[in-house]
Amino acid sequence: MMLQQILNGIASGAVYALFALGFSLIFGVQRILNLAHGGVFMAGAFVSFYAVDTGVPFPLAILLAMVVAGLVSVLIDLIAIQPLRRRSHDIEYAAIVSTLGIDMMLISVAQQVSNTQVLRFPFGTFPIQFFTIFGLRISLLQLVIFAAVIVLTGGLGWYLNKTSFGRQIRAVAENPSTASLLGVSPSAVYLQTFFIAGALAGLTGVLIGLSFNSIHFLMGEPYMLKAFVVVVIGGLGSLTGAVAASLLLGVLQALAVAYLPTGVPDMLIFAILFLVLLVQPNGLFGAAGMAARVGRK
Amino acid sequence: MILKVSSLEAHYDGVQALRGVDLEVGAGEMVALIGPNGAGKSTLLNCLSGLVAHRGEIVFDGRPLARMAPHRISRLGLLQVPEGRQMLSGMSVYENLVLGRLALSGRNETYDLSDIFRLFPVLEERRNQQAGTLSGGQQQMLAIGRALMGSPRMLLLDEPSLGLAPVIVKGLFHALRSLNESGMTILLVEQNARLALAVSQRAYILERGRVAHHGRSREIASNSEVIEHYLAV
Repeated sequence: MMLQQILNGIASGAVYALFALGFSLIFGVQRILNLAHGGVFMAGAFVSFYAVDTGVPFPLAILLAMVVAGLVSVLIDLIAIQPLRRRSHDIEYAAIVSTLGIDMMLISVAQQVSNTQVLRFPFGTFPIQFFTIFGLRISLLQLVIFAAVIVLTGGLGWYLNKTSFGRQIRAVAENPSTASLLGVSPSAVYLQTFFIAGALAGLTGVLIGLSFNSIHFLMGEPYMLKAFVVVVIGGLGSLTGAVAASLLLGVLQALAVAYLPTGVPDMLIFAILFLVLLVQPNGLFGAAGMAARVGRK
Repeated sequence: MILKVSSLEAHYDGVQALRGVDLEVGAGEMVALIGPNGAGKSTLLNCLSGLVAHRGEIVFDGRPLARMAPHRISRLGLLQVPEGRQMLSGMSVYENLVLGRLALSGRNETYDLSDIFRLFPVLEERRNQQAGTLSGGQQQMLAIGRALMGSPRMLLLDEPSLGLAPVIVKGLFHALRSLNESGMTILLVEQNARLALAVSQRAYILERGRVAHHGRSREIASNSEVIEHYLAV
């Protein structure tokens, strides 16, 4: 029973990880908190729903959701970030306000489009199937989620560390002006990271929409809050930290929901956040260099 | 002239750092830019690299650089080795060097990895080490090597001797001189005026954002009045 809860916890933690990875990537590269990330996640879910609704096969709908969410994310960079960057180097606070504005716009549009209704995928969109492994029940959807998280985090790690594009991203994350002296275009890197983050958020939106069979215009907000917790516990900008903290959070939450009274799980999670901030303000995986950089400002 | 700067003006942190600078560098020359702290030397280099907004004209190889983005200027082959080295310290020596190749953008490669390792053998020994863990002198070599990987048509060096032990500086300037002798055009910004005058052919003395004096390095070095007036330590 307990093992089953842990397994379920890992599955939901894996989904948080996909969401938090993009959020953390944008912070790591641009040093901004993209508060519209939840809106992009919701947009991904919406796109997949309407695609399926109009008869697009589900795998194609997922792909479409990722691409559209990626493009929405790129638009956020073009509309809400780059104009700020042209005027100042210090846009941390301005970006919070402008991305929050975009998030509200996305939510309003989604509310209009969906008529404030909860949308549900038609029955049979994804086969409901269970397997039993070592006495643990695991659904096909959970397996797909595990596979997606392993492939995508592995792929992202490979992309960042082994390819020329990845080197450019890391160079800009460390120092945009040095990178530009070497011939790297920081704005191109920013667009690229926004696309990757958006596509990951879009996929997460589809997976969450499918897991709970519920898609609605406010679905992004609780995830935004969780992503915050995950990213702070893991260490802002640390991708490994984001994944580890997501899994930790998922398992803790699953166990708390199973064994503790209602209302306690959320309390527990934010208590942990508080504790981490007290004891290890850079997060469990936060780099020392990051602290120096934040401290300098 | 590969580089021609006319009436360059720039503000830095709200202060006027350059007040109408004219400067020329011929192909194959090593030109020193010296002057006291705060004279505007680094600002001038950052204008050339497109990092600082400016007025006036900068023409590189017949091409005006007005409002060009820094990465485009680098890709033309006007490459800066920034002050304080500015390593990408989380990346390995090898990765730093390979990143330097981006500035090529279709131009012919004049230096490859083995050339850099021949010029600075220590970089080959440390190729997998994180750049941030190198000593100051090694970081400076890496910064120069990284710029060379982009096959520069002209190198801008900002205070390469800063914070380095004299023996390291000597080796470094030896390398710079041999680079110049092999045909590399160099604009060298230095606080250490004696050293800069010794390796360069011509020099400009910058003072409070203006060119106070310019001429052949040898003549400036032997002109005690100029040395005392502008460069007294």
